[in-house]
Amino acid sequence: MTSVAAGGSLAPRAPFDRTLLLVVPAALFMLLLFIYPFIYGLILSFEPPKGDWLDNYRKFFTTDNLWPTIWTTLKLALPATIVNVGLALPIAFMMRAKSRYQRWVTTILVVPITLGTVLIAEGMLTYFGPKGWLSQLLQFTHLYDGPIRLTHNYWGVLISLIISGFPFAFLLILSYITGIDPVLARAAATLGAGPREQFRHIYLPLLAPGLAMCFCLSFVQAYSVFPSAVLLGAPAGPTRVISIAAYEAAFEQYDYSLASAIAMIMGFVQLVIVAAVLGLRSALYRGPVAGGKG
Amino acid sequence: MRKGDWLERAWRGLLYGLMTLFVVNIGLMIAAVATNSFARRWLGTWLPEGWTVNWYASAWKEFQLGDILIVTVEVVFAVVFLALLIGVPAAYTLARRDFVGKKLLMLVFLLPLMVPPITYGIPMATVLYQVHLAGTIWGVILANLIPAAPFVILVMTPFIEQIDPNLESAARVFGASTGRMFLHVLVPLLAPGILAASLLVLVRTIAMFELTFLTAGADSQTLVVALYYAVFAAGVRAPQSVDAMAMVYMTVTLIWLLIALRFVNPTQLVSRVKEHPQPA
Repeated sequence: MTSVAAGGSLAPRAPFDRTLLLVVPAALFMLLLFIYPFIYGLILSFEPPKGDWLDNYRKFFTTDNLWPTIWTTLKLALPATIVNVGLALPIAFMMRAKSRYQRWVTTILVVPITLGTVLIAEGMLTYFGPKGWLSQLLQFTHLYDGPIRLTHNYWGVLISLIISGFPFAFLLILSYITGIDPVLARAAATLGAGPREQFRHIYLPLLAPGLAMCFCLSFVQAYSVFPSAVLLGAPAGPTRVISIAAYEAAFEQYDYSLASAIAMIMGFVQLVIVAAVLGLRSALYRGPVAGGKG
Repeated sequence: MRKGDWLERAWRGLLYGLMTLFVVNIGLMIAAVATNSFARRWLGTWLPEGWTVNWYASAWKEFQLGDILIVTVEVVFAVVFLALLIGVPAAYTLARRDFVGKKLLMLVFLLPLMVPPITYGIPMATVLYQVHLAGTIWGVILANLIPAAPFVILVMTPFIEQIDPNLESAARVFGASTGRMFLHVLVPLLAPGILAASLLVLVRTIAMFELTFLTAGADSQTLVVALYYAVFAAGVRAPQSVDAMAMVYMTVTLIWLLIALRFVNPTQLVSRVKEHPQPA
């Protein structure tokens, strides 16, 4: 990785192009604060305070409150991602035409993203709580009479992941869809294709790379859920996600070595899922389908 | 044909319904926080029993919001300034020159936007604690620069590619150094792009929780981290006071969002990965 910074400053042999120096501060910064900590963390994870070099990883996979966090996190992140992308795709497709309505919806949906997960958690505690408006409304209309528990459990975290993740997936897919030349769809329409055929034979193949990317980004976001799992979930039990385990190791037990190992495992699991999605995409769609504007 | 039409309409109705449900619930959620922050007492009724603005005064005192706001402003503006300072020149080189390792460098700049903050934040915070930067405002600024600087590079590169290289050559012919060429030719031409990039970085930094949370000390918390601690310790404080603080945070964020939306498209806040048409 050191070759990165060197690539910026060494330059071709011919008269030295000083413009290349302009990239050096940014490259150096990334090297020092992104690449170096990552490598440092990786090495640190193999240097536990006691035991042999694999001790942290052995500890993670044999301790009862550590290894199940992988499944806990996946059980939250996968449904949330599937719901978010699955809902965002048809709705974004429906709103693909530029209109004032589209502008309004995108503006409204950017609000929950900007406010962030901490505010969403506080809002949900007030609104979805046992005395909030939602449970009052449900009881008032007798739609559901039992006690409504939507906070401090699995469902609270799942809902918060949808509230922050759906707008993200929607805006991302919308930007991909509006990048597809509508002339293609119009050409199909002159041949008698309805919206559904247009979607299946034109938009979907062209969207495949973007959809895979959107799925990966949404998943990675949901997988690293931290604030809402603590504030809205039950961080000791059903929503003890892997980032909570990593945080506790680092900042409550001050075991940076174990914390680095957990962060590495977390990154590895994400990588496996992302690789699987991208692999699935290239297995399903082969051929000249890349690039929106033809 | 008739039947297909009907199905089509039902399907669209369902989607519009879901969308409306989502937006209405978000609106009500925000309204609930706002109502609670003005409520004298609110227990299981539709509306509170009385109204008061006292919670804002008590939240201001309890959470030392004055200090927190100052720290937030310092952090956010330092991050925007430094991100532009190192990001714009780097974007210029990446847009104009080809060199060995450029692909690799681009990957390095893309990674922090795709890896979630908490994954790289923990090793980064460990390193920052070792050099005694974490816990200070500088640690917070450096941590927030990791996603901000690459973001500036990604936003600025297309803006720079649009500018005619002949203008730069002309400035060179008249003997301008790289620095003067930047100052007198590029920066004025890039003003819209720089404005967009700084507003986007600003809005994202105000709401950036994880990296600030991992590196902030007691006197270097930003608003969003202070809000987290307030919600976390909700049991000891009146919920109205926490909601008043949430309103302060929301107001700050939304004002900047409204300013930003005058200059940028909402989708720019999320679609940081531009898909380029690639040859199959």
